[in-house]
Amino acid sequence: MEISVTVNGSARSADVEPRMLLAHVIREEFGLTGTHVGCDTTSCGACTVLLDGSPVKSCTMFGVQADGRDVTTVEGLADAAGLDPVQAAFQEEHGLQCGFCTPGMMLVGSALLERNPDPSDDDIRWAISGNLCRCTGYMNIVKAIQAAAKTKAEAAQAAAASA
Amino acid sequence: MSTEATEIRGIGHSVKRKEDGRLIRGKGTFIDDMQLPGMLYMSILRSPFAHATINGIDTSRAQAVTGVVAVVTGELMAQHNLAWMPTMSGDTQAVLATDKVRFQGQEVAAVIAEDPYVAKDAVELIDADYDALGVVVSPQQALASDAPVIRDEKEGQSDNHIYHWESGDAEATDRAFAQADRVVSLDTFYPRSHPAPLETCGCIADVNSATGQTTIYMTSQAPHAIRTVFALVTGLPEENIRIVSPDLGGGFGNKVPVYPGYVVATAASLLLGRPVKWIEDRSENLISTGFARDFHMHGELALKDDGTMLGLRTSLLADEGAFHADAQPSKLKVGLYHVVTGSYDMPAAHVAADGYYTNKAPGGVAYRCSFRVTEASYMIERLVQNAAYELGMDPADLRKKNFIRPEQFPYETPTGLVYDSGDYRGAMDLALETIGYDELRKEQEQRRADGKLWGVGIASFTEAVGAGPHKDYDILGLKMNDGAELRIHPTGKAILKISSITQGQGHETTFAQIVAEEIGIQPEDIKVQHGDTDNTPYGLGTYASRSTPTVGAATAMVSRRVIEKARKIAAHLLEVSEEDVEFTRPTFSVSGAPDKAVTIQDVAFAAYTNFPDGMESGLEASFYYDPPNLTFPFGTYAVAVEVDPDTGVWDVKRMVAVDDCGVRINPMIVEGQIHGGLTEGYAIAAMQQITFDEAGNCIGSTFIDYLLPTAVETPRFELGETMTPSPHHPIGAKGVGESATVGSPAAYVNAVIDALWPLGVRNIDMPLTSAKVWEAIEAAKAPA
Repeated sequence: MEISVTVNGSARSADVEPRMLLAHVIREEFGLTGTHVGCDTTSCGACTVLLDGSPVKSCTMFGVQADGRDVTTVEGLADAAGLDPVQAAFQEEHGLQCGFCTPGMMLVGSALLERNPDPSDDDIRWAISGNLCRCTGYMNIVKAIQAAAKTKAEAAQAAAASA
Repeated sequence: MSTEATEIRGIGHSVKRKEDGRLIRGKGTFIDDMQLPGMLYMSILRSPFAHATINGIDTSRAQAVTGVVAVVTGELMAQHNLAWMPTMSGDTQAVLATDKVRFQGQEVAAVIAEDPYVAKDAVELIDADYDALGVVVSPQQALASDAPVIRDEKEGQSDNHIYHWESGDAEATDRAFAQADRVVSLDTFYPRSHPAPLETCGCIADVNSATGQTTIYMTSQAPHAIRTVFALVTGLPEENIRIVSPDLGGGFGNKVPVYPGYVVATAASLLLGRPVKWIEDRSENLISTGFARDFHMHGELALKDDGTMLGLRTSLLADEGAFHADAQPSKLKVGLYHVVTGSYDMPAAHVAADGYYTNKAPGGVAYRCSFRVTEASYMIERLVQNAAYELGMDPADLRKKNFIRPEQFPYETPTGLVYDSGDYRGAMDLALETIGYDELRKEQEQRRADGKLWGVGIASFTEAVGAGPHKDYDILGLKMNDGAELRIHPTGKAILKISSITQGQGHETTFAQIVAEEIGIQPEDIKVQHGDTDNTPYGLGTYASRSTPTVGAATAMVSRRVIEKARKIAAHLLEVSEEDVEFTRPTFSVSGAPDKAVTIQDVAFAAYTNFPDGMESGLEASFYYDPPNLTFPFGTYAVAVEVDPDTGVWDVKRMVAVDDCGVRINPMIVEGQIHGGLTEGYAIAAMQQITFDEAGNCIGSTFIDYLLPTAVETPRFELGETMTPSPHHPIGAKGVGESATVGSPAAYVNAVIDALWPLGVRNIDMPLTSAKVWEAIEAAKAPA
């Protein structure tokens, strides 16, 4: 089946088997290997991408279900201006070790901050509770998302002040 | 030439990780991210039975599927003498089953296809005909006289017994027990667990049929050792084998062994002349690779009434699965379990262990621990708490009374280990002060009076890591030494090649910091290369917290070797004799004339442009480190919990972890390692277990059944630090990657048992699921 998907802002198309999982379409057809597959059962969240802005586990969706929709992967987080505040904060706060869960974690964090710019520790922990990390114990991931919230708030304040 | 020195970000600096740049952008390279031209995909057929004879395997339907290139069976492997392979413990393991299957999930056949979906489709079409046999799922069943013999193909193997191993002095221990006022015992099962790194195991085998060059991209924590094993197994010349471990999505011991999938993929690539990729799915990972623990332990502690410890006796049954494949030093059948006397001045001890085959997956990997240290630490720390209650003492006081004192180091234990350094009381005092131990005990009394179940648990662990000295530590004869190579380029930038490999520990950063500390080149100017056997020095890899004790030492020593030569070049540049050159990184200066100076960068340039006659050009060295001893990190963990008597749910209210890992190279990374270890310790204490039913079906073959903690369950940790350097390590570091997983399970369990002790609960085996805790409470309430 021919599908057309907006991936990180670019129009992409592919001819895929109907049974091909979105995670595999992203990795194999679009060549974006930052989306990882960790469990096959929707448990670990390593394959998380944003579909029309909301986190989904791309190992539990068919690629054809993304036809006509907007997908953001980890490769789409940074823009020409540089890293997304969430990415910068993950490095700054040591929010990653092996890095396998990191793309999914950052995308969930980024989506959380879109709908809740000032999340509490608990808000963050619940938001990332669909994503497993075996390395960090989550403490620094929570700190990173909090730090990113602060960076974004400061940037918004600065923008408002200069407007 | 000297300028005002900028601070060198060497040891003790929380340098941001060099690895992160690629990983936060999704630009890491994990095995499954790699594509080679003409690559094929492999999928494995696994046994549905735990024990069964194979009558026949019909592959015709699978072979007929469009896109299938080959179907490999044990028969085909046997034609190439590859149906069996050696294990890390000197046993043999079936690569693809020929005679019978011995555990559920065992590799039976493999399909190689043009597409991964097609490969999986075709696996479903292989018809394997089995006759089920009697099943053994525990060592207790295995030792029964009428138990089916699992390894009937092994010459001279008439039962399921693998080994008997002892350590310590049985007679001296008997004498100690004869003098005891009191003997406290504990029977406990340390359940089978799985490291479950988020990335499963896999490889791409690429055999070039024209040249014979065999490159295997592999999820391996020990590429060099694996290369040697591959050379031995396949008969391929070792120089033509290249193992490359790219970014690894965690390891925790799971990625140490050689798995059948690697061997089959390599054989398939050899036969087909095309690269073959094999990536496990999660169920395959959980049911067939690298289990850990599975020890049924008995411990007895002999004490005087005043709490003085006299002796420790422990025996255990080890469930080794169908093939004895423990990744551990060959002389030590239960690894470093003989560190079981822990942090205590124990006059006598004796350990006896027996290993048995069962119809379960092989493995016995050091899951975030140094070869069974976790089981040992759990036994002694649980036993000590129970002993304290039996004696009517506070568990903290009993520990303090028996700790090895700082002036007793180096301390030889009754099982022959020589602890390098420690201040156990110091770590405990800090932990107790941080958690407010005395107040917690008062609060506990009040809460108990109100009918609440509150508990406080402590574990004061001592680990044994950094294997190891060549005379005692080898795997399959390969001495457990490691190397480092350092080259300084003309522009003063360096490349460090190391024999260990990072799976998230941050070696690219911390090992650069060691060089920075020694030489004065900033860590960002030092590239650390690892994971590729063609381009790194030989070594046995990353596990058992051995990278810092071995490779960290090699890195410091190779840096010093480079400085020896640099000093000669500096003398030449400064026109003085070598003895008159002083080095204060990064500057070489003339004694008594500090203004006359050159930097390491100046010297590096001169090493290629202006070096003395008769000297070789360049500035580089290599060093292989043979540790004089293990290192012995330690610490005290203190946990406060509340248990809900109606549901058995227990909540961690406080978790304080004081670690002493000697000198900390990068405090940020050390704390990250401790956070992760405490989480895995919690996981083991609270939820993780690989279980089997009576038929040997693995229950817990997905993350839906094998429970891992999310951010919601994971406790919030409070960390503390004491610092007792290792006296024999060049930079005083001890290693830290696993301390928290080793030490913390006993702390969590001790806290829950502390809460339930007044009810009469003496032990609950891990994992302490709410159901098990509730049952224990109910059982204690029931009239005897």
